[in-house]
Amino acid sequence: MSGTDFDTHGGDLDVHGQVSVDEVELAEELAGAGITGTGATASADAAEYALRLGDDALMLAQQLGMWIARAPELEEDVALGNIGLDLIGHARSLLHYAGTASGRSEDDLAYWRDEPEWRNAWLFEQPNGDFAHTIARQLVAASYLVELYAALAESTDPTLAAIAAKAVKEVDYHRDHATQWTLRLAGGTEESRRRMVVAIADTWPYIDELFVDDELVERLAADRVAVLPSTLRPGFDAVLDAVMAEAELEPPTGRTAFVASGGGRRGSHTEHLGPLLAEMQVLARQHPGASW
Amino acid sequence: MTSPADLSVVERELSPEEEQFNDLIAKDSRIEPRDWMPDAYRKTLIRQISQHAHSEIIGMQPESNWITRAPSLKRKAILMAKVQDEAGHGLYLYSAAQTLGISREEMMQQLIEGRARYSSIFNYTTPTWADMGAIGWLVDGAAICNQVPLCRASYGPYGRAMVRICKEESFHQRQGFEILLELMQGTPAQREMAQDAVNRWYWPSLMMFGPPDDQSPNSAQSMAWNIKRFSNDELRQRFVGMLVPQAEVLGVTLPDPNLRFNEETGEYDMSEIDWTEFNEVLAGRGPANAERLRRRREAHEDGAWVREAAHEYARKQAERALAASGAVA
Repeated sequence: MSGTDFDTHGGDLDVHGQVSVDEVELAEELAGAGITGTGATASADAAEYALRLGDDALMLAQQLGMWIARAPELEEDVALGNIGLDLIGHARSLLHYAGTASGRSEDDLAYWRDEPEWRNAWLFEQPNGDFAHTIARQLVAASYLVELYAALAESTDPTLAAIAAKAVKEVDYHRDHATQWTLRLAGGTEESRRRMVVAIADTWPYIDELFVDDELVERLAADRVAVLPSTLRPGFDAVLDAVMAEAELEPPTGRTAFVASGGGRRGSHTEHLGPLLAEMQVLARQHPGASW
Repeated sequence: MTSPADLSVVERELSPEEEQFNDLIAKDSRIEPRDWMPDAYRKTLIRQISQHAHSEIIGMQPESNWITRAPSLKRKAILMAKVQDEAGHGLYLYSAAQTLGISREEMMQQLIEGRARYSSIFNYTTPTWADMGAIGWLVDGAAICNQVPLCRASYGPYGRAMVRICKEESFHQRQGFEILLELMQGTPAQREMAQDAVNRWYWPSLMMFGPPDDQSPNSAQSMAWNIKRFSNDELRQRFVGMLVPQAEVLGVTLPDPNLRFNEETGEYDMSEIDWTEFNEVLAGRGPANAERLRRRREAHEDGAWVREAAHEYARKQAERALAASGAVA
């Protein structure tokens, strides 16, 4: 522990005192693990697309952060925290890029947009519920994100491609974490299985919205900037079917009943988003113009 | 330094294991889990390490209070990383204690039933964002002063866990300092918020070093066993010595009108610490004692069905594996 021993009145103190910090290990953490590109400016369409993906990641991260110090095991405090951190990293990179089109920062976009300006899909604003609900949401979200980022890594937009190439490795781990827990909860006790079945039923209606194409993605996909969400569905279904089969769970029926319209991408949200934003934005909005 | 032999006043033959233990301590080497050790040494370590682990776990609460409201995405990420580190520290420490023959379940039970102690500092509340800065700068700063010498603690698993923990703690302290620096360079409201947090956390952080040396009953034995290396008052002096120049850089005032460097003694003169408050918080009457335990108990109880599911799943898998190997044989 060189550098951490005490030298009470040493003249060579830096402003932080006698602490030894491993710069290499911290570099990534402090930078938020962000890829901010090569200073490229997003087109209006690419910015809108990045906003969708960034909002998905941020809303999920915001909710996973609530588990820290409340998880069923210390290992899960660490795991859910890690997953949330990865997602904040993705959100920061995506929102930074989205902001280049309008001269706004990641924080301008995160803290100073109201509900109708948010572009996340409904899945990502659904509450944590019990651990089974969090796991069901994670299973769907991570499985979708693996398909998305794997395909987006081939984007003709170099910034989006770089963000996706980094993110895909992380969401692959998130998917594994959710899969492992799905198997344990479904195959554990009667109680855990009952809860997992309810969670799957409650989560499934939010799947379809993730795979809806609209004019924006069609325009971007024509230039191979974005990925058409509908093309990700077969890969997603194959993975989910396999997990469900191993867990001996039946997919709920009638799952396309009420959210297939894809309201989130147009700024129409469930009642959960408002309180989430109110909590996230409250301090920043109390001090307009302040830096932190 | 007093050698352990000096403490065993009874004149008797030492067993070979005892001799080996004393010899390792005298040479300032490490005691490892399979080595023989006196019961009192084992008990002291279990108490100290588990209290330290509990402090990490309870210590997550005052900071997790601000994760959802962190005022920028960068701060949110750093705070999440920090609180998550604390869970990791709890894990290393529980593991180190487990090598002494106590289970994590047992320690957790002691904590939620209120039979175990944790650092009293976490019974204070975090009403403002500046508390994230003050906790990092003052509380983690004090923890570093306490913990760096523990990297050389005679019990191997403890010392090694502390090396890793100290590395991360210095990052925690730095991020706290940065939060305060940013606030002190900000708007008048931000500066006021920072000073207010420093006012509230300064004295409790000095109390983290424990009672004055002449009132610290366990210190002598722990020092003889090379668990503790410096006295409470020595460490407190070092901490204050570290804070003073940093407070100047920040532009905050440390809330002690009598604080000044005494050229003659080479130490800082300071006001008397009000130990009544410390004792009140220690006795469970601090601002958040009940809330901290309630929340820990709730997380533990709400998560019971998940832990049972994992346990049952593992049991079934093992059963299947056994049946399969039986079928093959």
